[in-house]
Amino acid sequence: MAPHDLRRPFKRAAISDQQKRRELSLLRQEQNRRDAQQQARCLASSILSLQSPLPESEPEQSDIELETAPEIEKESGTLSKDLDVPRASKLRGPEVRKWFARQLMLPEWMIDVPDRLSQDWYVYARPAGKRCFVVSSNGTTVSRQRNGSILHHFPSALPAGAKTRDSSGSGQSYCILDCIFHELDQTYYVIDMVCWNGYSLYDCTSEFRFFWLNSKIEESAYTGVVPYVKDGLLFYNKHAHYQTGNTPLVLVWKDENCSQYVIDTDSKGEIPSQQQVVLELQDNGKLVTSDDPPVLFGYLDGDIIQKSGLHSGNLLRFAVSDGGLSFVDGKLDKADLNYLGKANRGRAFADSYSKVVFQFTVRHSPLKIDDLLASINSPDDQEKKPCDVEMVG
Amino acid sequence: MEVTQVLLNAQSIDGAVRKTAEESLKQFQEQNLPGFLLSLSVELANEEKPVETRKLAGLILKNALDAKEQHRKFELVQRWLSLDTNAKSQIKACLLKTLSSPVSDARSTASQVIAKVAGIELPQKQWPELISLLLSNVHQLPAHAKQATLETLGYMCEEVSPDVIDQDQVNKILTAVVQGMSASEGNTDVRLAATRALYNALGFAQANFSNDMERDYIMRVVCEATLSPEVRIRQAAFECLVSISSTYYEKLAPYIQDIFNITAKAVREDEEPVSLQAIEFWSSICDEEIDILEEYGSDFTGDSDIPCFYFIKQALPALVPMLLETLLKQEEDQDQDEGAWNIAMAGGTCLGLVARTVGDDIVPLVVPFIEENITKPDWRQREAATYAFGSILEGPSPEKLLSLVNVALTFMLSALTKDPNSHVKDTTAWALGRIFEFLHGSAVDSPIITQANCQQIVTVLLQSMKDTPNVAEKACGALYFLAQGYEEVGPSSPLTPFFQEIVQSLLTVTHREDAGESRLRTAAYETLNEVVRCSTDETASLVLQLVPVIMMELHNTLEGQKLSSDEREKQSELQGLLCGCLQVIIQKLGSSEPTKYVFMQYADQIMGLFLRVFACRSATVHEEAMLAIGALAYATGPDFAKYMPEFYRYLEMGLQNFEEYQVCAVTVGVVGDISRAIEEKIVPYCDGIMTQLLKNLSSNQLHRSVKPPIFSCFGDIALAVGEYFEKYLMWAMSALQSAAELSTHTAGDDELTEYTNSLRNGILEAYSGVFQGFKNSPKTQLLIPYASHILQFLDSIYIEKDMDDVVMKTAIGVLGDLADTLGSHAGSLIQQSPSSKDFLNECLSSEDLMIKESAEWAKLAISRAISV
Repeated sequence: MAPHDLRRPFKRAAISDQQKRRELSLLRQEQNRRDAQQQARCLASSILSLQSPLPESEPEQSDIELETAPEIEKESGTLSKDLDVPRASKLRGPEVRKWFARQLMLPEWMIDVPDRLSQDWYVYARPAGKRCFVVSSNGTTVSRQRNGSILHHFPSALPAGAKTRDSSGSGQSYCILDCIFHELDQTYYVIDMVCWNGYSLYDCTSEFRFFWLNSKIEESAYTGVVPYVKDGLLFYNKHAHYQTGNTPLVLVWKDENCSQYVIDTDSKGEIPSQQQVVLELQDNGKLVTSDDPPVLFGYLDGDIIQKSGLHSGNLLRFAVSDGGLSFVDGKLDKADLNYLGKANRGRAFADSYSKVVFQFTVRHSPLKIDDLLASINSPDDQEKKPCDVEMVG
Repeated sequence: MEVTQVLLNAQSIDGAVRKTAEESLKQFQEQNLPGFLLSLSVELANEEKPVETRKLAGLILKNALDAKEQHRKFELVQRWLSLDTNAKSQIKACLLKTLSSPVSDARSTASQVIAKVAGIELPQKQWPELISLLLSNVHQLPAHAKQATLETLGYMCEEVSPDVIDQDQVNKILTAVVQGMSASEGNTDVRLAATRALYNALGFAQANFSNDMERDYIMRVVCEATLSPEVRIRQAAFECLVSISSTYYEKLAPYIQDIFNITAKAVREDEEPVSLQAIEFWSSICDEEIDILEEYGSDFTGDSDIPCFYFIKQALPALVPMLLETLLKQEEDQDQDEGAWNIAMAGGTCLGLVARTVGDDIVPLVVPFIEENITKPDWRQREAATYAFGSILEGPSPEKLLSLVNVALTFMLSALTKDPNSHVKDTTAWALGRIFEFLHGSAVDSPIITQANCQQIVTVLLQSMKDTPNVAEKACGALYFLAQGYEEVGPSSPLTPFFQEIVQSLLTVTHREDAGESRLRTAAYETLNEVVRCSTDETASLVLQLVPVIMMELHNTLEGQKLSSDEREKQSELQGLLCGCLQVIIQKLGSSEPTKYVFMQYADQIMGLFLRVFACRSATVHEEAMLAIGALAYATGPDFAKYMPEFYRYLEMGLQNFEEYQVCAVTVGVVGDISRAIEEKIVPYCDGIMTQLLKNLSSNQLHRSVKPPIFSCFGDIALAVGEYFEKYLMWAMSALQSAAELSTHTAGDDELTEYTNSLRNGILEAYSGVFQGFKNSPKTQLLIPYASHILQFLDSIYIEKDMDDVVMKTAIGVLGDLADTLGSHAGSLIQQSPSSKDFLNECLSSEDLMIKESAEWAKLAISRAISV
């Protein structure tokens, strides 16, 4: 027990200039906050006073709005950025399917390892099964497949997912979860969250969505860690927003250890001897992928186009011949393609570039799990740099 | 594993050997924690082992139980609690056994470890036999074990809080300790250990100090110990008196006369460590009385918990001469030594506190001393007189001091240039600063500084800035207060004619080779800041000219080549000063439209410099640069959006800086500044910001003072982005709701009440921002579900009756905002709320204009909501 230090400040003013700067800064912020608040209030007051002679002309605006508000700004068929479920729920039949078909976020295939994999990406094993939206609203829950068709209809514990007397599930509440339906145990695995209890998570980064997913998912009916059949790994970039269509910010990767479906099969379920790709025919015989912007794979001979009566917009099937795909500076240079015929009529889109390349590398020099691990452990990762503090004995 | 050898190796001078040893210790710990800790305790207890390994074993054990960092500490506590009980009892047995070791280092180490274990286990009601075991030791063992046991009791009292130990055991501990202190204890080490233990045990003695007989006994033994032949015992006994003076101030009246005699003797005759404590006793009494008198004002009515006993006033005629004597005991060059602390400094500081405690009464007691000594040939006398003068300037009324100060000012200005002694000049410059600090400015009726002497004052101070660093630093300080006194002078300042010369001189000081000594450079920049802050429109063009100058200085710090860590620290400090200076300039120029307009030509370049300042610190952002950016955002307005893509990452880093919570707090404030400046253009960054803010709120590592501003920041963002806030609404509201529940009651001390009110204010500002942000949007109905909870919150804090004025103003504003945005939906809820009406009426009749203004507005909004 050493003697206690009793030094006091000597010939020093009580307040430091730094502390003064902090305090003056706070004062200014308070003043500015007050001004902003005041401005907002005055705005209101003037509107109120303008309207005050006939206040009855504004009846219960908020309750009626859901039913009658005119929906001019967006058409149901467009790729709307915001998911307006109350409106979508009023669509019927094919329109609903069309609408939902365009709302899923589609991962690209991982053809090389992104930078900062360990810091900027979430990863989890993708359950094998059908990708679908699970939508709860108006006291019922519906699951819809990628093409928009209904998979199941059931009551759930999600907000507004079942008819209850609980007042919290009000009319405007709804949830949309991005799920995979796992046949084996008839379970929906939530892989992303689009809306919860009426709040849109579109435009939220996945870091934000997952923050929420982790803190809230236990409330839902989908808890319980059930072992499921894996189908590859899904990587989510922390900063990615939920966006519809293909995105490079969500990546899928597979190998034989974590998926039964690594190499594409044909309609009979067998692996063809040569890789097959589906490309879209455009004007001038251009053959392109479904990416935005599309990636050019080559030109189809004018003769074939004429002979087979093809026209722009057709989806065509090709085999990758012995010449394979060749790359220069990481970009596709040449593709040795052999025309097979029109694609299956059920196909809505051509293959994406990343899918074609992934399938090609899987057959030739696959990206291995070791490559991913190496990237995570590589010394380039800033946060793994050795710390220069040493233990003192 | 051979623990002894490894522990020896761990202290080897050979780095490689040491490293291997540390590695294997770490490995052992990770593989088998109970085994590891047990073998350390066995090592510590083993009399055959070398003392170095025993000590190190104990130290590692101690570090396995406690850490400075709160989070780590909590982990270690949990880890110990979950350890195998059998291993723990063996460890504890070893520790207790070590207390009777003949090796004093081993005993002392064991004492500290036992206290750490006690600190963990006693609050859990574990190790109940510890205290009785220790107490039985005190009565039975040989002296060295008795000493170690008392030391252990002392450390233990330092570790655990008084409510953990029941009064019965407290009594026994105090009895043992005080007996150990008494003159009848023949062994010096035992008596010293007991005296030091009492210092820590005093906090446990509430009940005993309320009992006259027990208190008399303790006080008698402590006072006797101050007369012990052993200097360390005297020092420790005075430390006890200092602690008693603040903990049991109200019990001191019967003893104060005796204590005065003891302390006076010690101050005059004893060795310095003892006399410093004796002076500290009186400084501490001053602290207590200043607090009491400040809190209740001069008209003390007797309804406070602790009345003022006016001990200082009563002791004054004897106390002041005693303190004046100490002033003559200066050390040579004490002003150049930043760590110096001696009897003259302690006595001078105490004299200043006495002046603040008694006010006018001190003046006649000090003036003769000043007059007698100020012109003496011995520099010690001149310096002491000057110091005495400077220290009584705060406390007494200006009227009482005015004539004295007018005479002194002329004398001091002359001394500052002419006195041959640097120490005298240092104190003279300091005393001038005190004159300007306390007797100059709009609050003082008859001005000390006139047109006649202003020129001379400035000239002397600028001249003095060329003196040795310590004198120059005091001259800068004096100029700081001189400028401050003209803060509210109106459109024309007496300093205007000298503005350019002052700025020039200050910049010259910052470039002095020796500006790193005596914090001279810092003082020069701080003074420059104050000169700018207090400048008027007359000199605005000169302040504008300063912008490129400071920018160039900052630019130069960024051009440095490879720096050593020492140089880097200095560079960072300089960058801080320059950013601070730019912040002040930006704030000054941004506050009026014409100057802001001209200033904006520099905005891009300044922002570029700030970004480079951030970039050269790898791990943390610079608080000063962050503050400056807040000011810049305010000045630039919507244009600030163009800096966001580059700036955002530093903003995020700032929000993540939990360790330097000031940086985090400042960054939260800057988020508010930016929200107001760029409004909806902040949307692309909101996900990141909101995620981080929500994380911060749920973290127990972040200093609590940052949480209220985070809530206010929610309001700033909501107001800026309007209905876009929808996607954060649920989380923000749920965080607000739980915080609201926590802050309904303020039960606790003043500090907690103050914190609770700041939390309430933050919560309410958030609600205001959200309501105003959603106003006139089709999504206002999203807020309806929250209305009743918010009204309940307002009701309950109204009923608690402990809101401060700021909270009251914000709260009544929220009531208005709620009515304004929700209209008829809120009308009926407000009518049903039990206290809204009373609350509104109370605010309407408030004398506080801001509360009244908010209330008027709320009244209007509510009446509309109800009439719909």
